[in-house]
Amino acid sequence: MRQDPRAQGLTLISPTLFYLGVFMLFPLLLVVALSFMTRGPYGNVVYRINLDNYARLIDPLYLRILLYSLRVAFATTVFTIVIGFPLAYYIARVPVRQRNLLLFLILVPFWTNFIIRIYAWIMILRTEGLLNTLLLNLGIIQVPLDILYSPTAVLIGMVYEFLPFMVLPLYTSLEKIEMAQLEAAADLGAPPWRAFLRITLPLSVPGMIAGSILVFIPAMGMFVVPDLMGGAKTVLVGNLIRNQFLTARDWPFGAAASMLLLTLTLVVTLVYTRRAGFGEELLV
Amino acid sequence: MSLPAVELRDVVKVFPNPDGGVVNAVNHVSLQIQNGEFFSLLGPSGCGKTTSLRMIAGFEWPTSGEILIKGEVMGHTPPFHRPANTVFQSYALFQHMTIAQNVAFGLEMEHLPKSEIELRVEQALAMVQLTMMDLRKPKQLSGGQQQRVALARALVKRPAVLLLDEPLGALDLKLRKEMQLELKALQEQVGITFVYVTHDQGEALTMSDRIAVMNRGQILQIGSPVEIYERPNCRFVADFIGETNFLAGMVIGLDGEHAVVQPDGLGITVLGLAQGDLKPGQRVVISARPEKIRLEQAPELKVGDAHSHKNIFPVRVINTAYVGSDTRIIAILGLEHRLIIWEQNNKSILDPTEFYAQGDETFLYIPPENALVLAED
Repeated sequence: MRQDPRAQGLTLISPTLFYLGVFMLFPLLLVVALSFMTRGPYGNVVYRINLDNYARLIDPLYLRILLYSLRVAFATTVFTIVIGFPLAYYIARVPVRQRNLLLFLILVPFWTNFIIRIYAWIMILRTEGLLNTLLLNLGIIQVPLDILYSPTAVLIGMVYEFLPFMVLPLYTSLEKIEMAQLEAAADLGAPPWRAFLRITLPLSVPGMIAGSILVFIPAMGMFVVPDLMGGAKTVLVGNLIRNQFLTARDWPFGAAASMLLLTLTLVVTLVYTRRAGFGEELLV
Repeated sequence: MSLPAVELRDVVKVFPNPDGGVVNAVNHVSLQIQNGEFFSLLGPSGCGKTTSLRMIAGFEWPTSGEILIKGEVMGHTPPFHRPANTVFQSYALFQHMTIAQNVAFGLEMEHLPKSEIELRVEQALAMVQLTMMDLRKPKQLSGGQQQRVALARALVKRPAVLLLDEPLGALDLKLRKEMQLELKALQEQVGITFVYVTHDQGEALTMSDRIAVMNRGQILQIGSPVEIYERPNCRFVADFIGETNFLAGMVIGLDGEHAVVQPDGLGITVLGLAQGDLKPGQRVVISARPEKIRLEQAPELKVGDAHSHKNIFPVRVINTAYVGSDTRIIAILGLEHRLIIWEQNNKSILDPTEFYAQGDETFLYIPPENALVLAED
């Protein structure tokens, strides 16, 4: 019995299609539909199709929030690379047994609830906190630093939260570089720093791209860290959406803001991966 | 005589062991490699040949002893300051660069002008017949082509010494044989000293001007392929290079360059060529290569011949294998001593009864000059 190969292929991918349909496409379509509705007087959804929500979003206030979110997510990505690269490089170079221990330590924070870890940071950063006490006692500063409830605190919290997502893919790239490649570079006349620039750095680009995507996308939607560490001063697009759904009970406007975030994130990621050459033979 | 290209003076390399001990990877090795020579380090894995090569390249430093390149003491000179380049076993090509960029890398490190780099890269790629491949990435090339790129990348630097670490190990047999001849021709063409590490004795014999046979961190013998094969100086070398038959025994008499040996438990005496200083009563092994001994059906006809009264022994054939160019015969000497004999098929014979068969009783002749008497290791 011969079967149509197309039908056969469709049968084979049907579980995947089902999964993607139910858990990704359907909720997404709900949000899209919602974004064209109107809020009723009691926070309910009125099924009247219009573009009012999107018109409201053009307000400079919201655009400023969006732009600020972009900047924070970008800064988070840059700092996770700057801190994560030496860390990943070190882990990739130690003997295998220590390597596994260090990777394990990178993952240990995930065992504790994220909120609790953020409160731990609040304990460290607040005016009478660990950091200020230490610096005051050492005589490095005379007046306590006002770090908590500032954009700096938000950045610290974000970088802390997303660092493992940068370290792990970077480690994978760095660990794949054979010792022989660096020996060959040295053999051909490259001192260590030139070998690093010409061999190690280019070969770690795939990990850097993967890590940037893993950090940038969730950083764009983050609202817990600005809520707890940024005080009322720092509002990111994540907070805006959260507030619309939970506080203002304006679901349609929240959905429209979500669509804007989704589109923006997609565009930035696409442009970035295109320019960095994602998907080419870099990822071999 | 000019300075040797490479010299090792009493070099020792000790590695720490994971379980706390130490490994003597290289144990008091001294050798001189002449300019323009194709020199092979041959031995089984773990014999210290690769460690020796890595010390010449500068990836490892000797625990004691000295390495000189062109008469200059290397000491702790890093690899990027040594006039030696390496062709790695894994090739170690830079995957993110094109073939031309790979070859240009070493010249860029020398800060040469762009025009000169381009010219030399072109020449190097032409030398290994890869001119059309310059814009491809290493992954797009076959194993043999990648091997040539590794060669071009190292040779383009015009090193005083080219170090090759089992460069043909990853290629299939046919390609390996082709590349052996090509490498040898290339070496003669460029005139650069090659130091070649291999565990393949056939490869070493085919290409080398001289071979150093290594085992357990030491050099056992240095010589031309002919010397190494025809006059091995110990049991290990005789065994490692080619095939041979061993008869263990004791020296019972010496006569000039000849020794009379009584093999254990056979009740015979064998006349052989003494290798090195031997004393009566000393334990020795006789090494006789299978193509250098032969079966004789009627030894009485040989009476009167200068050598024939000695070294003729009754044997029984237990197995034969016809392999085209020769027939490989396994025969038993005495009660159970197995010997291999290769009889060349230099006559065109179709009649199977003309060949030895299982159970044939016949005689083995070992020409005394083909029975090397070696001190027991």
